Amino acid sequence: MSAAAPPLLTVEHLTMRFGGLVAVDDLSFAAAPGEITAIIGPNGAGKTTVFNCLTGFYPPTVGRLTLARPDGRRFLLERMEGHAIAREAGLARTFQNVRLFPRMSVLENLIVAQHTVLMHASAFSLAGLLGLRRYREAEQSAVDLAREWLGRVRLTARADEEAGNLAYGDQRRLEIARAMCTRPVLLCLDEPAAGLNPRESAALNELLLAIRERERIGILLIEHDMSVVMGISDRIVVLDYGCKIADGTPSQVRGDAAVIRAYLGDDEDDAAEGASC
Amino acid sequence: MSGAAARRRLAAAFGEAGVTALVAAALLGPLVGLHAASQATGLVIQTRWAVVAVSVALVFAGRLALIAVRERLSAPALAGGLAVAAGAVALPMPDRALTVIAVAGGLVVALHAAVSLLRGRKTPGAVGLARAGLRSASHRAVPWIGVAVVAAALVLPLAPFADRRLLDLATLVVTYIMLGWGLNIVVGLAGLLDLGYVAFYAVGAYSFALLAHNFGLGFWECLPAAGALAAMFGMVLGFPVLRLRGDYLAIVTLGFGEMIRIVLTNWVDVTKGPNGISGIPRPTLFGLPFTASPPEGTVAFHQFFDLPYTSMHRVTFLYYVVLGLALIANLFILRIRRLPIGRAWEALREDEIACRSLGINPTNVKLSAFSLGAMFGGFAGAVFAARQSFISPESFTFIESAIILAIVVLGGMGSQMGVVAAAVLLIGVPEWFRELQEYRMLAFGGAMVMIMVWRPGGLLAHREPTLRLHGRGDGA
Repeated sequence: MSAAAPPLLTVEHLTMRFGGLVAVDDLSFAAAPGEITAIIGPNGAGKTTVFNCLTGFYPPTVGRLTLARPDGRRFLLERMEGHAIAREAGLARTFQNVRLFPRMSVLENLIVAQHTVLMHASAFSLAGLLGLRRYREAEQSAVDLAREWLGRVRLTARADEEAGNLAYGDQRRLEIARAMCTRPVLLCLDEPAAGLNPRESAALNELLLAIRERERIGILLIEHDMSVVMGISDRIVVLDYGCKIADGTPSQVRGDAAVIRAYLGDDEDDAAEGASC
Repeated sequence: MSGAAARRRLAAAFGEAGVTALVAAALLGPLVGLHAASQATGLVIQTRWAVVAVSVALVFAGRLALIAVRERLSAPALAGGLAVAAGAVALPMPDRALTVIAVAGGLVVALHAAVSLLRGRKTPGAVGLARAGLRSASHRAVPWIGVAVVAAALVLPLAPFADRRLLDLATLVVTYIMLGWGLNIVVGLAGLLDLGYVAFYAVGAYSFALLAHNFGLGFWECLPAAGALAAMFGMVLGFPVLRLRGDYLAIVTLGFGEMIRIVLTNWVDVTKGPNGISGIPRPTLFGLPFTASPPEGTVAFHQFFDLPYTSMHRVTFLYYVVLGLALIANLFILRIRRLPIGRAWEALREDEIACRSLGINPTNVKLSAFSLGAMFGGFAGAVFAARQSFISPESFTFIESAIILAIVVLGGMGSQMGVVAAAVLLIGVPEWFRELQEYRMLAFGGAMVMIMVWRPGGLLAHREPTLRLHGRGDGA
């Protein structure tokens, strides 16, 4: 972890209100490139809302979300539409309840993820319609990238099957591979270990660590499974009722009194829960 | 099984069939048995007890056969069904419709028995493997069946039995195939339920008719214009419905279809309203018209080739024009399915939110699906106008949208070959059996229900991936 590296993602004063409900309240944190940042917190703490704001599903009520790509370009995510965030800023995500294209093949799922590249290569499908070499080469390189990721998530043998027929754990891994096929600079994973058995979640840890080592991209992770969170995170942000209550390395967070109180409850049971951050 | 038990079950079976026959008799007695015929003296009640008796007997036999299938006696049921079908043809029946019902019923029972006979062999080993092999072989055979169908379509006009009526019907079927393929882009691939597709058909037809009527343009000049205008209208429909999906989208598209029809009916100055537009020119072959007596200074097709004039030339030519257009449409769609835009359509059908998270702009994807789908509707409309030489808003009612949608759904969403099969079944067969009059629609509805019961995913529901990592067959 290098403190000197400029942050990849900077979240400043993010607030999201749904009517009277404050789902996220004045949250600020940063995620560095080449690091795994976990966002944890009890159910309903606002973790997924943070993701939905980052990926453009909701425009945040207040706040600035800056993504500074390694190539120097900067994007203000709160002003962009969801598809533009994925395409231009390079932020890819997975979903809490897996969202694959179930009736398309595993390979096709990974090719669709490279839509933008292929669209340009095919001149919006025109060159492809005429069967020009430029498009055929682009498609071949798209297949090569897909093949590489299929190997890394160990799904090569099942490439031509319908994605909906895969086992749950395989679907989770495929969704990560699909997100990686967009060549993101920041990968946001919403509970990737949910529903996985201990062996599968160990494999997930390895996959995420390998992505961190090889692609050197930032990973933002929402997770309940503490074996995943504590095992691989470089930094942990703890949310409770939309407020940040802790932010630090796994060992710092593990000993934090506020975190223990949020997870295990408070002896004194005072009315401090609704208080602002 | 002991003799007593077998007798009990036989008695139970006959009892059940008897009850069914009783219900049938109670229903059919007044409905079919009594017939109010109008004569010179006024209405007279005629009785048709013979028809009722035969119908009830058929119901009894059919029920018995179904019970037999249930009791794993499929072979006798199969034989019985075939016997009834054959008997209905051979024996004199009191009513022609009864023959049809008996034949259809007998064949359905026979098919049901045959299917259960095949399924009944539950040996997972060799037979199961063989069946899986057969299935994959049949999927592999689809392209070859496609080639065969195209070849058959190409030589159809040369066949000895090809009369004018058959070619006219074939032209209509191919027009609907093209409409089905166009709608397939929107509904089958992009997953956007469109109940107003007939609007684009109308736009295509009226574009050609109005351009021809007002500016004297011919079919070939108007064809691209008809496609382009329809595509534009597809965009016009697309914009307001971008945020809608499912039921809501269906309602808005339904309204759009009706709007176009009502505008065509009421904008009398331009469209001539309900009177329609007549005298739409027929397509020419590189400027050679297919008329008996061409206008001064032009040469007709039969004069140019020194043939005796027959209207078959025109009908045949139109058939080939439609077929050619349909084949181009087919190649285009098969190709575009394998391109990024085609895959994006399917991805949009599967999950719009996931599409957005991968950087796909759903707006562009939807608009392209609407406009390309509409374009084929426009081409089909121009062909329709050329075939009829007369169009009026009556031809573009909601039922047309429903039939086109039925072709897509029954064929198997997203399947090109499925659309062909369903169009032949839904357009060709009812036209062919026009003699059956009111029973035609009954058969039509029955066929639809049966397809949905037996093949809920459509006739050809299998989807072949647009590209494969491993060759066919070596997965699993």
